[in-house]
Amino acid sequence: MRVGLFVPCYIDQFYPDVAVATVEVLTRLGVEVDFPEAQTCCGQPMANTGCSAQAEPLAHRAAEIFAPYTHVVCPSGSCTSMVRHHYEDYFRGRDDFGLRTKTYELCEFLHDVLEVQSFGVRFPYRVGLHQSCHGLRELRLGWSSETMTARDDKVSRLLRRVDDLQLVTLKRADECCGFGGTFAVNESDVSVAMGRDRIDDHTNSGAEVMVAGDMSCLMHMEGLLRRSRHPLGVMHVAQVLAGRPLVRGNSVVRTGKD
Amino acid sequence: MSHLPIIQHPDAAAIFVGNRARTQWHDSALWFVREKRDRMAKSIPEWELLRETASGIKQHTIANMADYLEKFESAAIAAGAHVHWAIDAAEHNQIVLSILREHGVQRVVKSKSMLTEECHLNPFLESQGIDVVDTDLGERIVQLRRETPSHIVLPAIHIKKEEVGETFHEHLGTAAGASDPKYLTEAARGHLRGKFLAGEAGITGVNFAIAETGGIVVCTNEGNADLGASLPPIHIASMGIEKLIPRAVDLAVFTRLLARSATGQPITTYTSHFHGPRRDEAGNQTGQLHIILVDNGRTKIRDSDEFRAALGCIRCGACMNTCPVYRRSGGHSYSSVVPGPIGSVLSPVSDPSGYKSLPHACSLCGSCTDVCPVKIPLHHQLLAWRKELASMGLLARNKRWAMWAGSQLFQRPRLFAAVGWLGRNALRWTPRFLIYHRFNVWGQQRELPVPPQNSFRHWWRMHQHLTPPTVEGLADREAGQVRSDDIATHAAKETVSQ
Repeated sequence: MRVGLFVPCYIDQFYPDVAVATVEVLTRLGVEVDFPEAQTCCGQPMANTGCSAQAEPLAHRAAEIFAPYTHVVCPSGSCTSMVRHHYEDYFRGRDDFGLRTKTYELCEFLHDVLEVQSFGVRFPYRVGLHQSCHGLRELRLGWSSETMTARDDKVSRLLRRVDDLQLVTLKRADECCGFGGTFAVNESDVSVAMGRDRIDDHTNSGAEVMVAGDMSCLMHMEGLLRRSRHPLGVMHVAQVLAGRPLVRGNSVVRTGKD
Repeated sequence: MSHLPIIQHPDAAAIFVGNRARTQWHDSALWFVREKRDRMAKSIPEWELLRETASGIKQHTIANMADYLEKFESAAIAAGAHVHWAIDAAEHNQIVLSILREHGVQRVVKSKSMLTEECHLNPFLESQGIDVVDTDLGERIVQLRRETPSHIVLPAIHIKKEEVGETFHEHLGTAAGASDPKYLTEAARGHLRGKFLAGEAGITGVNFAIAETGGIVVCTNEGNADLGASLPPIHIASMGIEKLIPRAVDLAVFTRLLARSATGQPITTYTSHFHGPRRDEAGNQTGQLHIILVDNGRTKIRDSDEFRAALGCIRCGACMNTCPVYRRSGGHSYSSVVPGPIGSVLSPVSDPSGYKSLPHACSLCGSCTDVCPVKIPLHHQLLAWRKELASMGLLARNKRWAMWAGSQLFQRPRLFAAVGWLGRNALRWTPRFLIYHRFNVWGQQRELPVPPQNSFRHWWRMHQHLTPPTVEGLADREAGQVRSDDIATHAAKETVSQ
């Protein structure tokens, strides 16, 4: 199977290892991965600010760039949900080459399409799973605490297939971290308060590392953790599934020169 | 109690969030209600079916609004009620005033009604020399403090019991420093009994109006609507036209959802049905019932494909209790009568410019949509509002410009890669004080990501011919899948360092 790898713009530029880990996980499972280099951004920042006209050409580009693939895989619930649920307006009377239905979030692809039972990796740590809202409530990767319809939790199911990994129980299973794209800057004070509360929940639940399917949530919380020199680590689920060692919050070099 | 000046949400929220202890207290109080709601919802196996059914009934009613309104009107009149129609808040207030004047009423007891808040009825009546007493405990607290409700179901959720003690000490003469909820509630009860007995007319809201029977239903926990409607001879019930449901049997669906969603109770303590004015045992009319049907922008919402579903709202407040922003920014940060997610959808309808910050006061987490008992797609409506606001020219110029520039950049992959390279290197080598300054909003309380030397696309060019490391027991890449291109070929193609 050959898949087109759809790498969120900020992962490409700031968290390349998340995409490398995604390539590694998929390749080990016998999937041929291709990264069409013309890709940039799905247009979510523009769309979520209300600037549809600015998002539209990006949606059209994405459809054309990924046209050759039968499956497109993305290590982000948020970007996948943008394509699947918010591209409709941009393709009225225009072919999306199946992009909206063939794009999968990484965990969804591993769980539903490849049905992976083992990753052959070990991660002997206490993990707090941060459910990213778009993965949870837009893609329905899991069972949101508000709804009463039972659903499989795909991300935690995959994590349970990692040897020695221990998932901790959070007080609030799926509260938003407050990233929210431009919300993080637009409503900075509320955003920071939300992020701190998430971090406290993970810490109080005994997690050594916070793992999520969306690096954008983690970028926000990592920023808070590093500012306060907090020991809680953050890792993308792809990094755990690829067998990366634990990344601790404080071991990361600080940006810029003091 | 009068119109508040509209403060943009981020500024108002910053003040509330600034007090971390109080924010956490407010957040926990509402989360407690959310958890109660979860337990109650979980106890009903058909919860999701109920939501689906309620949503269907509301959609059907909204689609056939005119027919059901007329049906309701004739049934209500047949039952002996007076029915009035108000196009807007001003007309509603005038109707109330004329009824009161006609009967020489000076003192009014009012139970909780978000519609009368929306119409700013209290300040209007007070300006006409009429004494209005809010009889819901939370509303009375807020009224004595000359504030507005911060939540549609829990109007005084932002006030601590110690502060209630101070307010009651000042206005009701309770002991100084008292903060025992039972003592304070008893004091309020005694105080309100006098007001009920002195009231010459009672005003209530309406939770549901049944087209089939012409009856109205009011749900309270304190029984104050019953007292207000039973003691004085005149009962005025104000309702938004969206409160309509077609049949009496439909009511069962909504009463099961309402209290569970609102406060995590199986049902409200009082669910009072009013079918026409009250009568004595011989069937003689002993009072008057006036029902005012208010539009005030509702048909405008009904006309909009994007926002129509918001008319299904039964004002349970569950979206507020679950909203992570509301819980931390407080209801008053919305500067609107109805705060939280549903308020952020409804308020810009009447004043898009004034309330333009509300659809952005949301992280798009979608919790409100999942909690809503009538399945209003709230977070998608907030997103739709952002689009609407941008097309109305109500998005700040710097944001419009940034989004235009971003779009231009993302349409040019080589430029994107080059700008990314520049940005990462600038972050790596620029002295900290030039990065973390007051214009860097992200960096005021958070670190920026540690910039890696190379982007993923750079790694891809360097490594795509290689077989990535494999783990024993897992499938290796087949030889045929390895590409023939080598690094040198790709390196030669590179025009910019990525």
